[in-house]
Amino acid sequence: MTTDNPRFANRSELLGILVLAVLLVVILPLCLDVFRLNLVAKYLTYAFVALGLVICWGYGGILSLGQGVFFGLGGYCMAMFLKLEASSPENTKIQSTPGIPDFMDWNQITQLPLFWKPFHSLSFTIAAVILVPALFAFIIGAAMFKRRVGGTYFAIITQAVAAILTILIVGQQGYTGGINGMTDLRTLKGWDIRPDHAKIVLYFFEVACLFGCIFIAQFIRHSKLGRILIAMRDKEDRVRFSGYSVANFKIFAFTIAAVFSAIGGAMFALNVGFMSPSFVGIVPSIEMVIYTAVGGRLSILGAIYGTLLVNFAKTSLSESFPELWLFGLGGLFIAVVLAFPNGLAGIWGDYIQPQLNRLLRSRKSRSGPTAGWTDNSVADGAPAE
Amino acid sequence: MFGDYSIGDLGSIFVMQGFAGLILFSVYVLMALGLAIIFGQMGVINMAHGEFMILGAYVTWMTSNFFQSYLPGLFSGYFFLAMILAFLASGALGMLVEWVLIRHLYRRPLDTLLATWGLSLMLQQAYRSIFGAREVGVELPQWMLGSMHVSDSIEVPINGVFVMALTVLITMAVAYIMYKSRWGRQVRAVVQNRVMAGAVGINTEKVDRYTFALGCGIAGVAGSAFTMIGSTGPTSGQLYIVDTFLVVVFGGAASLLGTIASAFSISQTQSTLEFFMSGSMAKVLTLLAVVGILMLRPQGLFALKVRK
Repeated sequence: MTTDNPRFANRSELLGILVLAVLLVVILPLCLDVFRLNLVAKYLTYAFVALGLVICWGYGGILSLGQGVFFGLGGYCMAMFLKLEASSPENTKIQSTPGIPDFMDWNQITQLPLFWKPFHSLSFTIAAVILVPALFAFIIGAAMFKRRVGGTYFAIITQAVAAILTILIVGQQGYTGGINGMTDLRTLKGWDIRPDHAKIVLYFFEVACLFGCIFIAQFIRHSKLGRILIAMRDKEDRVRFSGYSVANFKIFAFTIAAVFSAIGGAMFALNVGFMSPSFVGIVPSIEMVIYTAVGGRLSILGAIYGTLLVNFAKTSLSESFPELWLFGLGGLFIAVVLAFPNGLAGIWGDYIQPQLNRLLRSRKSRSGPTAGWTDNSVADGAPAE
Repeated sequence: MFGDYSIGDLGSIFVMQGFAGLILFSVYVLMALGLAIIFGQMGVINMAHGEFMILGAYVTWMTSNFFQSYLPGLFSGYFFLAMILAFLASGALGMLVEWVLIRHLYRRPLDTLLATWGLSLMLQQAYRSIFGAREVGVELPQWMLGSMHVSDSIEVPINGVFVMALTVLITMAVAYIMYKSRWGRQVRAVVQNRVMAGAVGINTEKVDRYTFALGCGIAGVAGSAFTMIGSTGPTSGQLYIVDTFLVVVFGGAASLLGTIASAFSISQTQSTLEFFMSGSMAKVLTLLAVVGILMLRPQGLFALKVRK
């Protein structure tokens, strides 16, 4: 880290954010057709989760294997609003009970359940997207961290929560759409989200939200709070003895990660046009952890590149060699854990950045600040448990 | 939910569901024993444990096919050989995995979780490529079919009794190995103080490797038992892994008695609830209860002190 302590980002980080912005706002929309751009939009929804995991896992040292839960909660809140709008009485004339979502009609439910009713309002929905997962994460976090449960135990419990929510959603078909999820989402306040131009608008909206989250993450990291998180990860007892309430900081990190995931989930419902339990359970939750691990668990920007790369690889590999994809993903897990615990950002910071710096310095014979893409004071070795 | 049944009916329901729960209990115990040894004694989270179990199931399936086509006369006894082969196959794979992967990660327990998850994905794909994506079922020998007639409304399937007897036997064997044998003493010494155990001449690396192999081998036997109550597919193991982890954590890691008690309570709760509501809601309620209790008592039922 540079000697002065910037409030928000040092020079090389600003440069990194700028490069990412150019890539997402200019290069990708110009190079890709709408179908591929929509795929990128889908991948970026996972980037929100990966970003949350950087704070929660990379800085806070709390590995959550249940981020799909929050992704799902956010996504389902948004999908419920869109679904209600799509099942207006005019659209659902042919049902035996017009005006309720189609899957309820199929399951012989004749009245809109009470907890669905507030989702007629967009402002309530937006509040719910943020507050429901935040509250849920707060309860789980408070129950666990106040009793000093952490590490592997916490990971297993979050995994169990993910399993419970999936089974619940699949089992309560009449209220949630079951295994198929909520499909056929059409309009947002009368604005059709399905045509190509709407997809492009939604993509830019999502990128804007993503940068909002990146700024929040950067701010957290450079604030005193971020440094306490890192200290807590490395020597929890010492931080506790210094008089800090370790549990509260952990709850905060976990809740912020949950909120980011939920925003990602809401974006998913908007961009992809459906939501299903296959994005809630254990398998997707662990997959989201691997995006972060590949990108670098300590790097805010690395997590986003990791998400994009793994998903591009997944799409192209599973399109051409469906047999090999799982071998590839499994191998990637093992390779990242064994050889590159700091992921792509670690490789960049250790090998590429020094080379670049040397090149720049020899050309301009000027010694600028040499802080890496990953902050060295943060990336010091493999993160402790 | 009890209103529609008479007292006698309820009694029969509880006995029958209790018995169905005992079979689930057997699979949980066998799975959880291996996991508890690996997690409790070594601190390694083995997410690929379900895949080791499924390997045992596939070995059992292959043995049964082999006996059917080449030794039909001995078919009634194939299961015992299959169990031994399943133990050996899963144990050997476990030993290989420990040597290639796990031993590099002992200091980073959360990372073993990710690495073994990767391993489980690869194993699943390997099973799919080798055995096909379709689920396979094992044909049981004649003497295991049918059920024992206890009373008019209570019948007990013979294969269930067999699986339970097997579970009891294996549990006792594991308890003997861990608490009475010389090797078990070495394992416990390494767990308590690795450096000191090494200093008095215990080969800690070897102990680690064989402990891991033993845990995986028991998972293989669990797979053998599993073929009697369910069909085997590449992803069948994954369905059990979270439940089994909850069993281990709920019982309190490093406590064999706790593992058994928690496997019993979880499987019985689930099986009894299943009669009164849909299977998915029974599962949700059971898991919720377990997670709720773990939040109040994070150290599990029987452990002395497990913090972090």
